Amino acid sequence: MPEHAGPGTTSTVVAATPQRAVDVVVVGAGPAGSAAALEVARAGHSVVLLERGPYPGSKNVYGGVVYGRVLDELVPRWWEQMPVQRWVTRRSTMIMTPTQALTVDFRTQAWAGPPYNGATAHRSDLDGWLAGLAEKEGAVLVPSTVATGLLRDTAGAIVGVRTDRPDGDLTAKVVIACDGVNSFLAKEAGMFAGKPTGHVTLGVKETLRLPRSVIDERFGVAGQDGVDIEILGCTRGIPGGGFVYTNLDSLSVGVVVDPHGLAGKRLRPEELVADLKRHPAIEPLVRGGELLEYSAHLIPEGGYDTMPELVGDGFLVAGDAAAMCLAAGIWLEGVNFALGAGMYAGRAAVDALKVGDTSKTGLASYRRMLDESFVLADHRKLRRVPGLVLGQRMQESYPAMLCDLAQGLFHVDNPQPKPGLLKLVRRTLKRHGIRTRDVVSDALTGVRSFG
Amino acid sequence: MTYDQPAFDDHMSTVDFEVARRPHITVNNEVCRSCRTTDCVYACPAKLFVPTSDGGILFNYEQCFECGTCYQVCSGQGALSWTYPDGGHGVAFRKG
Repeated sequence: MPEHAGPGTTSTVVAATPQRAVDVVVVGAGPAGSAAALEVARAGHSVVLLERGPYPGSKNVYGGVVYGRVLDELVPRWWEQMPVQRWVTRRSTMIMTPTQALTVDFRTQAWAGPPYNGATAHRSDLDGWLAGLAEKEGAVLVPSTVATGLLRDTAGAIVGVRTDRPDGDLTAKVVIACDGVNSFLAKEAGMFAGKPTGHVTLGVKETLRLPRSVIDERFGVAGQDGVDIEILGCTRGIPGGGFVYTNLDSLSVGVVVDPHGLAGKRLRPEELVADLKRHPAIEPLVRGGELLEYSAHLIPEGGYDTMPELVGDGFLVAGDAAAMCLAAGIWLEGVNFALGAGMYAGRAAVDALKVGDTSKTGLASYRRMLDESFVLADHRKLRRVPGLVLGQRMQESYPAMLCDLAQGLFHVDNPQPKPGLLKLVRRTLKRHGIRTRDVVSDALTGVRSFG
Repeated sequence: MTYDQPAFDDHMSTVDFEVARRPHITVNNEVCRSCRTTDCVYACPAKLFVPTSDGGILFNYEQCFECGTCYQVCSGQGALSWTYPDGGHGVAFRKG
């Protein structure tokens, strides 16, 4: 009976000898997996990098910006070789109602040159480049191959993976699961036992072709400079948000929503994208764009409290598989967390191999390195923010209230004199049924988290 | 379903698939017929779950994004049998 990867897979018990086919198997050639394989290969150990798609990135979709700073630790002067579409020099946060939009728009030329900050990229390019770096160091990339389950010894330690190739069992001293948001291997390993599951959002995206010069004009940029716009209030009250970002000669526009919220409103995700594309603040930007590709992916947005156990006997979890996407309102990041976690997982595997102990104890340096770095420090600090951002007030009341406040501020109602600012605030809050104590409570949560 | 159906087919025609012989997801209509929420019909980004007149679900795996949304939103015990396609098959995004 052929085996397949999915929910509820079970492990196969094997008589594991000290001889293993390879030192490390990494499952998934995304940013986490390739960073892990790169570090293991660099240290001189044998490593196989499995990828279920025909090429790295073929199963991957993301929502905007790769923050490359962590790559400084992996690739000197990475910006000279990374397949970048545009360097983000304008970062906007837009809040909207169906007829209004209020934007905080920041731009800096400091991000237009080395060492840069964020970049847009197509995942098939980016992930292929990262996997190529690992291959150059000696990692063996095996595409078109699914890890369908774990191999365990009689004591329960993980000693390899089963794949869907003929004679596909592959034994290893360490398995690093970077198998993405559905993380079937981590679930099979029991890493999610007792953890809340299902904290995922659905991202849908359209990539629209437009001439490079048109994009430059519409977004007010030149050369390889680019723009990322994050949007709140564009999902008809379903928890989520939207985005528009520039590639070199295309735009990507999409929404991210709680998939459980769609049926209740009888809405489909592509209708929300169509809505956004028709919005008076967005339509002039995307007008005439020819659809190059429609895509979708789940995003693990639950944050710190929804992360699985990260270390087991012979087993590490990194990237989306470990729910490491950061969805904290003004910050939406994932690729950088995957790169960081994968890098530390690779280093922890190397530490463990060096002392000949790949048990949970031997691999414990992974958790320590994550704790001491941005990967878990940011997530711990911002653990309450996903709940705040996806709550009803932040999703519906505040965007509408802030847009009305701005309209009240700039609307000249002569012969009426201008209203006092405090009066305007009180009146706007009241009109939107927002209680002062909720504002204060949300502000405190915000200050405690972001402060 | 409605007049926007051709437009959505245009969406899906922009995506590359290496369609496998094995349907990697199947639905059990015995369970679906008793479902009152039909979350999958709304949430599946590829619009692969189509309600039938007898209260069941018509499902075609061929243009699946393999995202996992259906198994996340499905509340019917045993309604979905969900796996990834075998290696090299299924969706292949170029602009993700």
